[in-house]
Amino acid sequence: MSLDLLRDKTGERRVVRGRLLVAGVIATVLFGVLAGRIAYLQIAQYDHFAAQSQDNRVRLAPVTPTRGLILDRDGRILAENRPAFRLTVIPEQVGDMDALLEELGGLIDLSPEDIDAFEEARRRARGFQEIPLKLQLTDADVARLAVNRHRFPGVEVHPHLTRHYPYGPVASHAIGYVGRISESELRDRDRRRYRGTSMIGKTGVERAYEDRLRGEMGLERIETNALGRPLSIIDREPPVPGDDIRLTLDIELQRVAQEALGDYRGAIVAMDPRTGGILALASKPGFDPNAISRGLDREAFRSMRGHPDQPLFNRALRGRYPPGSVVKPFLGLAGAASGHIDPDETIFCNGRYHLPNVSRTWRDWKPEGHGHVDLIQSVAQSCDIYYYDLAYQMGIDAVHDWMTRFGFGLETGVDLPGERTGIMPSREWKRENLGEPWYQGETVNTGIGQGFTLATPIQLAASTAMFANRGAPVRPHLLDTGGGEAVEPPLVEPLTLDDEALWQIAIDAMVEVVHGPRGTARAIGEDLDYRIAGKTGTAQVIGIAQDEEYDEDAIDERFHDHALFTAFAPATSPRIAVAVVVENGGSGSATAAPMARRVIDAWMEQLEARDELARGWR
Amino acid sequence: MNWPAGGVNEAARRATGDLLQRALHLDGVLLALLALLAGIGVVVLYSAFGGRIEPVHDHLTRLGIGLGVLVVAAQIPPWRLARLAPWVFGVVLLLLIAVLVAGQIGGGARRWLDLGVIGFQPSELMKLALPMMVAWLMARGPLPVSLGRAALAVLVIALPVGLIGAQPDLGTAVLVAAAGASVLFLGGISWRLMALMAVLVSAAAPVLWFFGMQDYQRQRVLTFLDPERDPLGAGYNIIQSQIAIGSGGVSGKGWLNGTQAHLEFIPERHTDFVFAVMAEEFGLLGVILILAVYLAIIARGLWIAQEAQDNFSRLLAGGLTLTFFVYCFVNIGMVSGLLPVVGLPLPLVSYGGSSMVTLLAGFGILMAIHTHRRMWSS
Repeated sequence: MSLDLLRDKTGERRVVRGRLLVAGVIATVLFGVLAGRIAYLQIAQYDHFAAQSQDNRVRLAPVTPTRGLILDRDGRILAENRPAFRLTVIPEQVGDMDALLEELGGLIDLSPEDIDAFEEARRRARGFQEIPLKLQLTDADVARLAVNRHRFPGVEVHPHLTRHYPYGPVASHAIGYVGRISESELRDRDRRRYRGTSMIGKTGVERAYEDRLRGEMGLERIETNALGRPLSIIDREPPVPGDDIRLTLDIELQRVAQEALGDYRGAIVAMDPRTGGILALASKPGFDPNAISRGLDREAFRSMRGHPDQPLFNRALRGRYPPGSVVKPFLGLAGAASGHIDPDETIFCNGRYHLPNVSRTWRDWKPEGHGHVDLIQSVAQSCDIYYYDLAYQMGIDAVHDWMTRFGFGLETGVDLPGERTGIMPSREWKRENLGEPWYQGETVNTGIGQGFTLATPIQLAASTAMFANRGAPVRPHLLDTGGGEAVEPPLVEPLTLDDEALWQIAIDAMVEVVHGPRGTARAIGEDLDYRIAGKTGTAQVIGIAQDEEYDEDAIDERFHDHALFTAFAPATSPRIAVAVVVENGGSGSATAAPMARRVIDAWMEQLEARDELARGWR
Repeated sequence: MNWPAGGVNEAARRATGDLLQRALHLDGVLLALLALLAGIGVVVLYSAFGGRIEPVHDHLTRLGIGLGVLVVAAQIPPWRLARLAPWVFGVVLLLLIAVLVAGQIGGGARRWLDLGVIGFQPSELMKLALPMMVAWLMARGPLPVSLGRAALAVLVIALPVGLIGAQPDLGTAVLVAAAGASVLFLGGISWRLMALMAVLVSAAAPVLWFFGMQDYQRQRVLTFLDPERDPLGAGYNIIQSQIAIGSGGVSGKGWLNGTQAHLEFIPERHTDFVFAVMAEEFGLLGVILILAVYLAIIARGLWIAQEAQDNFSRLLAGGLTLTFFVYCFVNIGMVSGLLPVVGLPLPLVSYGGSSMVTLLAGFGILMAIHTHRRMWSS
C-alpha cells in the first residue's frame, strides 16, 4: 500500500482515459465503416441485389409441350404419345448419390446407360433441377417406389408422355424414332428450347420434322425455397403443342411392301409419280421403334448395330446397289434421243460382244443370245449386247450426261435425313476418285448398269417416276402438304426430247417386259387387268471371270446377285412408281418383280375401292 | 471529454432512483440499452424462425438466465474480482488444456468439456478470465505499462489464444485475443511496441496459413477474398447474406416479409447471420438503429471505465467493452462481406446460449465496477 501511494495515480488515470478516448474514436469510426458498407449495399447496390433476390426466389421451370402426332395419308396414327412414369432425382437433396443409386438399383432395373445419361444430364443441369434417371417405369416399379418413397428424399416419380408407334416395325425406317437427346445434338440447337425435354427425333420423319413436331416449351414461374422445393406457381405460360404431321405414306401399302420383302434384305420404295409423294418406304430387316423409345439397353442396341443384317440401316435411302439392267430403258431412250440408234433398227445378238482390238469377251446373260432385237425387244428381253454396243457408241461422256438427266448419281432431296448419293461414273469421277484414266471396257460395263454405277432405291423410284411422267421430274417426299406437292422443287431439271414420241416407244418397251411374250417379267403379267411398265435387273455382287459360269448353289448366299425391279402402273396414266431392290435375291424377274406386283396390285385395289381411277385406265 | 452517454446517465439515474444502483448494484442506463437490444433481437429472431414461437421462448429463457448471471456478477466488488483474477485464469486455462486432451468432439472441433451433467465451453469463460488476468497483471505495476510487464501480458494472452485456436475455434480465439489486446492497449502500451507486434503478426500470418490453420479455415479466408470462387459452396453464405442485406434497401421488406430469410436462402439465419435477416426486413433504417444501440452500449461501457476508481477496474471495464465492440464489428463485418466468415454470433441478438450468458456476465462485471465504489478513493 505504501508503494501504491507513491504512484502517480492521476497520471496513470490519464493514460487509461487517453487510451479509452482513442478506443472510442476507433470504435465510432469502424461503426461508421460498417454503416457505410451497409448503406452501399442497400442504396448503391439495391437494384442489383433486389434483382438477385427475385431471381433467387423465382425459378423458371420448363413445361414440356406435347409432341405432334404423325399420321398417314388417311389420318391413321403412326406415332402418338402415351402416358408413362419416369423417375427423377434432385441431386442436391441426395446425401450419398452412389448409395442412393445402389439402393434404387435394388428396387428397379437401372441399366448402366440410365446411370450414364443421368450423370451427363447432371453435369449440364443448374442446381436443384429434377434430372431424369429412368424414363419408363413399369407398373411394378411405380408401386415399389411408392412403398419405399420415404427412404429416398429428392427422388420423384412423374407422369409424362412417351412416344408410341402403333404399327411397330412396319414403317420404322420412314417414321424413325425418338431417343434421349445427346450432348452433341444439343450443341447444334437452341438449348433453351430443349429444357424440360429429354427426347429428340433421331431418324426418319421424327428427325426431319423435329422442329414442327416438338412444339414450343412452356414456362412456369415457381417460387422456391433455397433447396429448390417448389412452394407455389406464380404464373404459367402454357406450352404450344407440336404440329400433327400428315404423311403421303399409306400404312396399309407400307405393310404390303414390308411383307412382300419377306425375309430378304432389301428395300421397296413406292411413290405417286405425279407428285413424288412416297406411298411406301420399306427397308428390311426392320426394327421395333417402340423398343428404342422405351429405352434399349446398350447391349441390345449394340447387337442391333453390329448385326450383319444391319436392321437400323435404311436401305431405301442409304443402300447403294449396282442398278444392273434397270438402266436399260433410260439408256435406250437416251441412245434414240441422241441419234445413236434408230429404235426400229435391229442388231443381231449372239450372246458375245467384243470391242475392236480388245481380246476380252463380254457375255450376254443368255449364253446363246437373243437373235435380232430392236429397242423394244432389247428392253423386253434385257439384251446385254444391245447396251454394250450402245454405251460404246455413245461414249462414257454422253452416257453420263444422259443418265444424270434422269437423276442417276444425284441426290433426290427426299425429306428424310441420311440420304446417300449413288454413282454415275464419268471420266472426271474416275480421275478424282480413283486417280485413273477411263477405259473403254468400263463404258461397256456401264451400259448394263454395272461397273462403277451405284444407285439407291429412292433414286431408282424417283427416276422411274420421272420416266412415267415422260420427263417431268419429282422430288420424293413424305410430308403431305395438302396440295400434294413437295415442299421443295425437284433437284432434276425437266427433260424434253426433240421427238416426244420416243417416250411412248420407251414406255411400250417397259410394258413389253411385263406383258410381252418374251418379256423377262412376263410371269407377273399374267391375269393382270391393267398394264404395268417395268424393268428387271439382276446385278452382280462379285465379278465373274469371263469363262466362269454363275452357279447359284455353289457360292455363298451373300454373293448371290441383287435382284431389282422398277415399274410404274397403270402404264397409260401412272399412279404408282415402284423400285424394288432385294439384296442377294437372285434374279430380278423371279424375286423382285413379284414383290413389285404385290405392291402395285394392292395400290390399284385401293384406288379402285376409292373410285379414284379415271375411267378407261385399263 | 464529452461522452455521449453521460447526459443519458444523469437522466436515467434520476428516473430509476438509487434503487438499482445502491441496492442491486445495477446500472440503469446500461440495463435499458441491453433490454432494448434484446427486445430488437427477440423481434428479429421471431421472424428468422419463420414465425415460430417456441424457439423465441427458449431465447427468452436464456435471456432470463443471463440476466440472473448479470445480477450475480454485479454483486462482486471489483477489488474482490482483482484478487480472484489469477486463480480464475489459472483454472480456466487448465480447463482449456483438459478440453484439448479429453474434450468432446462437436462440429469437427474439440470445444466442449463434458462435466457429467452439462457440457460447456471453457473458451467462453476465457473471454472474461483473460481480460481480468491481464488487467490484474498490469494494475500491479505503474502505467503506462513497462516493457517487461507488457511482454509478460503478451505471453499470458498467447497461451489461451493458442489453446483455443488449436481446438480449433477461430472466432473465439479472435475474441479472446481482442479481449487481452484491448486491455494491453488501454494499459498504455507504447505505439512503437504495437507497431512491432503488428509487424510480427503479419510476419507470422504465412506461417499460420501453412501450419496453423485447418483447411476449412483457409477456405473461409479464400472465399472471403473471392466469394464467387465457390458460389454454391463456401461463398454461398456470403453471397446470400449480401443479397439479403442489399435487397432490403432503405426501408426493408417489412417484418416477416424477408424472402431471403423465409425461403431459407440465408444460412445460419437465426445464429451467426441474423443481422442479414434484420437488414433485409428493416432496411438501412433498422441497421442504423441497431448500430446506434450497439454504439451507445459501447459508449456507456467506456464511460464506466473512465469513471472507475482503480486501474484494474478501468482496464477490465474498458477491455470488456472493447471485446463487446470487436464482437459486434466482426459479426456485422462478416455478414456484410467486409470480413471473412468466422463463426461469431451477433451479441445479444443471435439465438444460442453460452455466448449470451458470458456477455451478460461481462456486463454484470461492468455494472459492479460502476456501482461498488470505495469512499476513500474517490
